Amino acid sequence: MAADIVSADPTLLAGRTGRLSPVNRRRWDNFKANRRGFWSFWIFLVLFGLSLGAEFIANDKPILVSYKGELLVPALVQYPEKKFLGEELGFLAVTDYSSLEVSNEINANGWMIWPPIRYSYQTANSYIPHSAPTKPFWLMDKAERCSGYPQGEADPGCTLGNLNWLGTDDQARDVAARMIYGFRISVLFGLILTIASAIVGVTAGAVQGYFGGWTDLLLQRFIEIWSSMPVLYILLIIAAILPPGFFILLGIMLLFSWVGFVGIVRAEFLRARNFEYVRAARALGVNNRTIMFRHLLPNAMVATLTFLPFILSGSITTLTSLDFLGFGMPPGSPSLGELISQGKSNLQAPWLGFTAFAVMSIMLSLLIFIGEATRDAFDPRKTFR
Amino acid sequence: MTDTLLSVRNLSVAFHQGGRTSTAVDDISFDIKRGEVVALVGESGSGKSVSANSILKLLPYPAASHPGGEIVFNGKDLMTASDAELRNVRGNDITMIFQEPMTSLNPLHSIERQIAEILDLHQGIKGLAARTRVLELLNQVGIREPEKRLAAYPHELSGGQRQRVMIAMALANRPELLIADEPTTALDVTVQAQILELLKKLKDEHGMSMLFITHDLGIVRKIADRVCVMTKGKIVETGPTAEIFANPQHAYTRHLLASEPKGVPPLSDTSKPVVMQAEGMKVWFPIKAGFLRKVVDHVKAVDGIDLTLRAGQTLGVVGESGSGKTTLGLALTRLISSKGRISFIGNEIAGYSFTQMRPLRNRMQIVFQDPFGSLSPRMAVSDIIAEGLKVHEPGLSEKERDARVAGVLEEVGLDAATRWRYPHEFSGGQRQRIAIARAMVLKPQFVMLDEPTSALDMSVQAQVVDLLRDLQAKHSLAYLFISHDLKVVRALANDMIVMRLGKVVEQGPSERIFTAPQEDYTKALMAAAFDMKAVDVPAIRQ
Repeated sequence: MAADIVSADPTLLAGRTGRLSPVNRRRWDNFKANRRGFWSFWIFLVLFGLSLGAEFIANDKPILVSYKGELLVPALVQYPEKKFLGEELGFLAVTDYSSLEVSNEINANGWMIWPPIRYSYQTANSYIPHSAPTKPFWLMDKAERCSGYPQGEADPGCTLGNLNWLGTDDQARDVAARMIYGFRISVLFGLILTIASAIVGVTAGAVQGYFGGWTDLLLQRFIEIWSSMPVLYILLIIAAILPPGFFILLGIMLLFSWVGFVGIVRAEFLRARNFEYVRAARALGVNNRTIMFRHLLPNAMVATLTFLPFILSGSITTLTSLDFLGFGMPPGSPSLGELISQGKSNLQAPWLGFTAFAVMSIMLSLLIFIGEATRDAFDPRKTFR
Repeated sequence: MTDTLLSVRNLSVAFHQGGRTSTAVDDISFDIKRGEVVALVGESGSGKSVSANSILKLLPYPAASHPGGEIVFNGKDLMTASDAELRNVRGNDITMIFQEPMTSLNPLHSIERQIAEILDLHQGIKGLAARTRVLELLNQVGIREPEKRLAAYPHELSGGQRQRVMIAMALANRPELLIADEPTTALDVTVQAQILELLKKLKDEHGMSMLFITHDLGIVRKIADRVCVMTKGKIVETGPTAEIFANPQHAYTRHLLASEPKGVPPLSDTSKPVVMQAEGMKVWFPIKAGFLRKVVDHVKAVDGIDLTLRAGQTLGVVGESGSGKTTLGLALTRLISSKGRISFIGNEIAGYSFTQMRPLRNRMQIVFQDPFGSLSPRMAVSDIIAEGLKVHEPGLSEKERDARVAGVLEEVGLDAATRWRYPHEFSGGQRQRIAIARAMVLKPQFVMLDEPTSALDMSVQAQVVDLLRDLQAKHSLAYLFISHDLKVVRALANDMIVMRLGKVVEQGPSERIFTAPQEDYTKALMAAAFDMKAVDVPAIRQ
C-alpha cells in the first residue's frame, strides 16, 4: 500500500534537490549581510586563486614558446639549453631564457610569451643599475633604470617585464615575485595547519565530550600539561635540531595548535549529548560513531567554523615570526618574514619593509573581516534590519 | 474615581523582523474593574502574553511597535507616558509575575535583598523597617519559617517557594493591578493548587485587581470573574466566567471547551501476552564526597519498582517532577543502567550491552516530551524517520525506505509530501506526530511515551491522545505512558502507578485509583489535578 503512494504521485519525490537546509540558508544570508566580510571573502579568494598560479605571473621562464613550429611550455616543463643552442653552445641543463643568445634564437625561429613579471622568487637580476637592494623602477628615470644593461637605454632587455616593480632585495631578487610566492606559501601553510589542527582538535574534543568520565578527565589533564608548554621556545629548539622545511614546521606547529579546538568542541558535545534527539537516536539503536557524526558534530561545527579564520591568521603570523627570526623556512624560499627581516636590516631600502607590511596587514585584515562575518553568520540571535 | 481600573482600547502590536511585519495582537479591547480578576485565555501564539507585556511596555522595542490603541490606567494613558512615568507605575501600581520563577529571580542575590530592593526603589524603606516588611510579606505568601529563609538564594528554594517569593515581590508595594503570566504552568499540580489559593486569598485581602494569563481552562474556572478568549491576536469572546463556560457563543471557545482529552483506555485483559516485566527496578545515583570520591550516599531516583506490561495495554506512570518517572522509563529501555530484572519479549535484557540491545531496539521505542528538542533541526523529516530503518533494516532500497516513510507519515495523519521539509516548518502538534512516526516506522511492540502531550496546546493534546489510542488498537502496542497530567492518563491508561521519590505510592487499575484512591498522597494529587484544591498532607511539599 505504501509503495502505491510513491508511484502514484511522482512529484512527491521532487523538491529534494537543490534545497539548502533552512538553517544554512539563513547563515548564508547573514554572511552576505555583512558587506565588509562578504567582499573580503571574495577579494581573498581571488588573491589566493591568483597566487596559486604564481608560476604564470612571475617567472623567469616564458609561459609559452613557439620554436621551429613546436609549442613548448617552459613554465611547466624544463628544457635543456641544447634544445635551442645546439650541443656546442648549450651546455646548461636549465635554459636561461632571458639570456640574449637564447631569446634571439627563439625570436628568430618563432615567438615566446612572457609572464608580466620576468623573475621567479629565486632569480637574481644581473642587470641592476646600482648595488642591491635596488629601488622600484618608477623611482628612477629611464637612463638610470637601464644603466645596468650592456647597451643602456637602447638595450632591448630594458622592458617593463624585466624591470623590478617593487625593487629588489639585498640579493638582487625581485621583491614583487617574492611577495607573490610568499603570500602563497603563507596562506597554504596557514590553511593546511588550520585544517589539520581542526581535524585533530575536533576529534579529541568530540571523544572527550561524548564519552565523558575517565576519558574526559585523563585527556583534559594531558591537555592542560601540554598547553602550558612554552611553545615558541620548543619550536626554536626543534627547528635547530631538525632540518627546516615546510612539512617539518607544519608538523611541529600542529603538535601544539590542535589544543585550541578541544575546549569548544568538548563543551558542545557535553551539552548536546543529552539533547532529546540524541537520546532518541540512541533509542533507535544508532551506534556511537554515527550519533557523533550525524547529530553532534553539526552542533560543534558552528563553534569550530567561527574559530577557523582566526586560527588561520594566527598560524600565518607564527610562520612569519619564525621566518623573521631565521628559524622558519629554509634559506632562499620566499617568505614574508624574511622580507621583513631584510627590511629591518636595510633601512635605506624602505620598499622592502613597506611591501612586507602591506601584504601582511591586508592579508590578516581580510581574514579577520571574513572571521567576523562567519561569526555573524552562525550567531542565531543576530538580526539584520 | 471610576470603577474601571484599567481600560485597554483597540490595542495592536506588530513585530518587525528582516523587513517583514507580523501583527501579534490585532485591535483588542478589554476593561478590568477594581477588585476583579480577568483571565486572558488562549493557546500558544494567540498573543496573550504580548498583550499583557504591552500594558507595561515591556516588549523589545523597537522590534515591536504599537500601530494603534490606548491603555488607560487610573485615567492616565500609559501608551503616551514617558519612560520615567512608566518606571513609576511598574513594580508599584502594576506588578507582574512570570511563568518561570527560576529565571525571574536574580540567582546571585538573597531573597531578602531582592524584595528589599523593590521597597527601597519605590518607597524608600531601608534597614530594619525593610526587614520587618520583608518578613511580613513572606508570611503573607505563606513561606514557612521566613526568618530562616531571608538569606536563602533562589536555587535553595523549591519551584513553589520561588513563585511565592515572586508574589511577595509583586505585592511589596501594594499594587492596584497584578498581572500574572502563566504563574503556575511550570509547577506541579499540587503546588499549582496552593499558589492559586494563595493568589485568591491575597487578592481578597488587598482588594487588588488581577489580569490572569493562562491556557488552562480549569484555572480560569477556579479563579476568574471574567474571561477574554484570545486566538490569533484577537479577542473573540468576553464575558463572565460562568456564562462563558455554560453558554459559549464563539466557535473557537466551544472548540477550546470541548478539547479536554476524551475517550476510554483499553480494557484490562490479563490474557494478553506480557511484553515487558520488571522486578525490583532500582536506579541509584551515587553521591561522592571527599578527596578520594568515596560514595557516601545515593540519590534513589527509582527505588524498587515492579511492573508488568501486556500487549495492547497502557500503563500510566504518574508523579510530580523529581519523582523518578522518566528515570524509570529510561531504565526500562536500557538507556541508563539499573539494577533489577527486566524481561522484554522473552529476553532478560537487564545485563545487555549496547550492542546486544541493538537488535531489540526496533521492538521498543520512545516518544519524548519536547517535540522541539527531540527532532534534529538539521535533518529533513524523511531523514529523521528513516534513521532507524537504516540501522535495523539495512537491506531496504532507497525506494522501499522512502515508501515506508511516506506510509508511516500518512498513518500519523501527516501529508507524505511534506517529508522533505525541516522540523521548524511544522507546528508543535505536527512535530509530535513526526516523533511518533519515527517510533512507529520500526513497528515496535513497546513504546515509552514520556509526557508526549505536556508541551502541546489543549486542543492538540486531545488529537495526539486520539492518535495514540488508534495506533495502539491497530498494532496492539504496549504503552508505558509517563505523565503528570492526570486527565490525559485517565483517557489512555488502564493500569497505573503513582510514584513519589522513586517509590510506588499506589499501583493498580486506573479506574479504581481514580474513583477510590487509597493513599493520602494520591487523594491530594487528584484533588489538585481535578478540582485545583490544595490539600494539606504531609507528603505534599511546598
